[in-house]
Amino acid sequence: MKYKQTPSQTIGPFFAHGLTAEQYRYNYTSIAHPVVADHSVPGEQIIVQGRVFDGAGNSCTDAMLECWQCDAEGRYSDRQQDPKAGGFKGFGRVGTGMNEAGRYEIRTIKPASIYGQAPHINVTLFMRGMLNHQFTRIYFSDEEDLNARDKMLNLVPEDRRQTLIARRLEIAGATVYEFNIYVQGEQETVFFDL
Amino acid sequence: MNKRDWNNHPPLVYPDYKSTVVRNPAKPLIPVPEEMMDLRMPVYGDAVIDKLDHDLTKNSIVNGEPLGERIVIHGKVIDEQGRGIPNVLVEIWQCNSTGRYIHKLDQHDAPLDPNFVGAGRALTDDAGNYRFYTIKPGAYPWGNHPNAWRPAHIHFSLFGHQFADRLITQMYFPGDPLFAYDPIFNSVPAHARDLLVADFKIELTEPGFALGYEFNIVLRGSRQTPFE
Ligand SMILES: [Fe+3]
Repeated sequence: MKYKQTPSQTIGPFFAHGLTAEQYRYNYTSIAHPVVADHSVPGEQIIVQGRVFDGAGNSCTDAMLECWQCDAEGRYSDRQQDPKAGGFKGFGRVGTGMNEAGRYEIRTIKPASIYGQAPHINVTLFMRGMLNHQFTRIYFSDEEDLNARDKMLNLVPEDRRQTLIARRLEIAGATVYEFNIYVQGEQETVFFDL
Repeated sequence: MNKRDWNNHPPLVYPDYKSTVVRNPAKPLIPVPEEMMDLRMPVYGDAVIDKLDHDLTKNSIVNGEPLGERIVIHGKVIDEQGRGIPNVLVEIWQCNSTGRYIHKLDQHDAPLDPNFVGAGRALTDDAGNYRFYTIKPGAYPWGNHPNAWRPAHIHFSLFGHQFADRLITQMYFPGDPLFAYDPIFNSVPAHARDLLVADFKIELTEPGFALGYEFNIVLRGSRQTPFE
């Protein structure tokens, strides 16, 4: 390779006015939001929520997640993204700094299974103290058969696969998937060398 | 999709930067076969860019011009083969000229600037070029170790055309005396640190208006040709 990749650096603690301004109510616009699909989008409406924990067991209130998924028919959005338009975006961004617990919440629809893969959401994680962002995936606890055959999950040692599976709950009539990320430690979430 | 070049990126844990110790995976990352690395990202277009988004000296004016030294940053986003990458969304954020972020949790006792939010974005053109006008950020203290100060820097975020081709980095200014003391800058292998330092260019400097800097960025890109 003729040119060397520009080195990665941490997002730092103060990204919100730049990257998640509308969510954090700073006076700037955002290109992406915690709402990946609004109520007009066909498919099963779900909420994905959870927290990000460091190796000392503390909830991280300065992390940012990006997510990227297909719709209920298996289409990834390839149109130009218009942040002001509703409908299916496929791409979302959420920071964990809006409550003391460090809880994030993504509103979306459950993605379809495509190319023989189990339904999943691709996730990129950024935070202070992380010099290189990390890639992981959210799978769904009620898709046991598809999960068992999923190519990506099968790259993961069996005893760690459950770290990628969000737990389905019904809360106040909504379908909620709980997905905590343990950056380090006994329950350490699997990250991929993408 | 090319792999991350771990010889050029910082290690996951760099103990001089204290919070890296508990905030990174300890178990090995799971390798992924090359054919499973490709996943296209949304292509951004003009709809995400407003007229003043690339001009931080104007995009948050309330009652006057922001204070500080005006600068213009020109850069080209290329892949490892040197090909310019069009339609890359480049987002930047920074503190003001006094070293203070607008962020509610920034405790630094330096003044805010009512006319400066410190956030902007631009889209690369057909040849991969982008441009920003802004104010040179100040240095600021942080709690990593006694008398710790960050060298002046601007945070950069870029989307390549694949999901995995994502970069967040920081642009620094040439000759900063704080480089020697900054664990975030020094977490990058010594041979690659220059890649994070913009070049001052008199040719890019706009007479009577703004000092010119050049900051080119290399994304991973893909071995195969083109972006269709
Ligand atoms: Fe900073």
